[in-house]
Amino acid sequence: MDASTWVAKRPEPTALARLFDYKPFLIAVCLFPAVGLLMAFLTYPLGLGVYLAFTDTQIGGNGKWVGLENFIDLMEDPIFLQSVWWTFVYTAIATVGKFALGLWLALLLNDNIPFKSAIRAIILLPYIVPTVLSAIAWWWIYDPQFSIISYVVVDQLGLRDRYYDFLGEPWPARWSLIVANIWRGIPFVAITLLAGLQTISPSLYEAAMLDGASGWQRFRRITAPLLMPILAIVMTFSVLFTFTDFQLVYAITRGGPINSTHLMATLAFQRGIPAGQLGEGAAIAVAMIPFLVFATLFSYYALGNRKWQQGSDND
Amino acid sequence: MTDAPKPLSTINAANLNTRVDSEVHGGVTEAEGPQLMSWDSHTRRWVVVYIPLMLFLFVLLFPFYWMGVTTFKPDSELLDFKNNNPFWVTSPTLANIKKLLFDTDYGHWLVTTMFVAVGSTFLSILASVLAAYAIQRLRFRGSEYVGLAIYAAYLVPPSILFIPLAQVVFEMGLYDTSFALILTYPTFLVPFCTWLLIGYFKSIPYELEECALIDGASRLQILRRITLPLAVPGLISAGIFAFTLSWNEFIYALAFISSTENKTVPVAILTELVSGDVYHWGALMAGALLGSLPVAIFYMFFVEYYVSSLTGAVKE
Repeated sequence: MDASTWVAKRPEPTALARLFDYKPFLIAVCLFPAVGLLMAFLTYPLGLGVYLAFTDTQIGGNGKWVGLENFIDLMEDPIFLQSVWWTFVYTAIATVGKFALGLWLALLLNDNIPFKSAIRAIILLPYIVPTVLSAIAWWWIYDPQFSIISYVVVDQLGLRDRYYDFLGEPWPARWSLIVANIWRGIPFVAITLLAGLQTISPSLYEAAMLDGASGWQRFRRITAPLLMPILAIVMTFSVLFTFTDFQLVYAITRGGPINSTHLMATLAFQRGIPAGQLGEGAAIAVAMIPFLVFATLFSYYALGNRKWQQGSDND
Repeated sequence: MTDAPKPLSTINAANLNTRVDSEVHGGVTEAEGPQLMSWDSHTRRWVVVYIPLMLFLFVLLFPFYWMGVTTFKPDSELLDFKNNNPFWVTSPTLANIKKLLFDTDYGHWLVTTMFVAVGSTFLSILASVLAAYAIQRLRFRGSEYVGLAIYAAYLVPPSILFIPLAQVVFEMGLYDTSFALILTYPTFLVPFCTWLLIGYFKSIPYELEECALIDGASRLQILRRITLPLAVPGLISAGIFAFTLSWNEFIYALAFISSTENKTVPVAILTELVSGDVYHWGALMAGALLGSLPVAIFYMFFVEYYVSSLTGAVKE
């Protein structure tokens, strides 16, 4: 056998191997696990939830179609209306607090400080640790008899003569929850905004300095507009997850005192699972959807905006 | 104050100027800073940067400190602030931890949580790698819409899904089993991991795969021998994030599990240790501390991966 007749011997691929190299088949196989899981445990339950909201289903039994009855009942239910109002107030105040403090912390960290990476690592701890467990720590901090805050304010500083009743009255309980939520949210906001700040080129600041811009002007004209796209995305996520928050409220107050701190999510849980009224619980959960759709569209346009700003190479 | 560079005639202008200097040089090179900085700008830096930073650190870490201190306090110190300094433990005790470990099912909960977290992480990574590979590398018509749809799934929060999901889980006969959690956690893990991995695959040069194709490798061989080894850091990021999220998950675990021995750590501590009107704060804090430690230690090993996945997912 000489060189002219030699052919490379390649083992003939089996039928199975050929099938897996057939692109449409391979794409279907690759997408199947993810799409299958999401269809079965996300899309289908989402539809089922909307359906349940129009029925009087209870746990372990089949309900019948009742039309808008659940929603009509809810509209006349003062506890539900209060939970809607409180969900909005909670989201608004906590978001403003988280972003003001988170942005401040990000700006501090963006400065040249010693032990920067160690500090950055430590700061993320409230975000990493299970929320319920840190919520239990907050619950203990808010204890009516043994609160450390009361101890410092009353016994050490002598600013008050009575211990705070953090969780016993509606408004103190609400503020306590907002503080805990802001505490939990600062790290996420600070770290993501810090990443955004680090992408801003220092030469822009140098140029502005040469033109005689003050610190505020540099923040207002360079930092703010360049941070805006990432800020919009982070804020959408933050709003979305604060609005649907469950763990903090469930762990610290369980909706009390006298239902004054029920968020829509905790109320849906209370009506749906322990009380067994799946239909009514689903109706409360479904009532959150319009707001979520609004937030998602907001995120989509914020993303679109960013592409436009950065040119077309960002696919 | 629009015109910063003024002659150094007044104290105010001098302050302004040194501030500007310290900020420019502080941001770029520290070596030039000191000789331009006056004592004044030093105090200013303390007031503006270090003191707020310390306050932030104090507030963010205090609950953990308080958790730790309470864990080791005997009851006599725990409930008596008058005769003891509450910020410190004078006679530390392990009684609370002992109570947690031996009088409750803590070990059991820990094993269950580990099983659920590992199982759902494994399942999610498997599904996400394949999906991200199909979307980013196999590139078919409409692949970007599939990517967007998976991303949109991330925006559906668990608190609107748990009621219908409870029904689904019940009908599948999975109620009160770990598999209910392993199968439902991917609903929030898969979207996140897929997007993280799409971003990661994007950074691997396509030429490498083309070479392998020319050499006669099949698509699956390419994925296994070329793309995946290069994407290991991305896989680690996705894996540790998925693990942490599953470890911390609360609402599904609360809604789908009812028997004591099948509960996960976060749910069990809240529902099993709180009984009646008397709270055993020592044991509760010990539970919170021990439930947080695994993720905190895990986190300490992989800090950089966490930060990159957290920021990468948002920037994507």
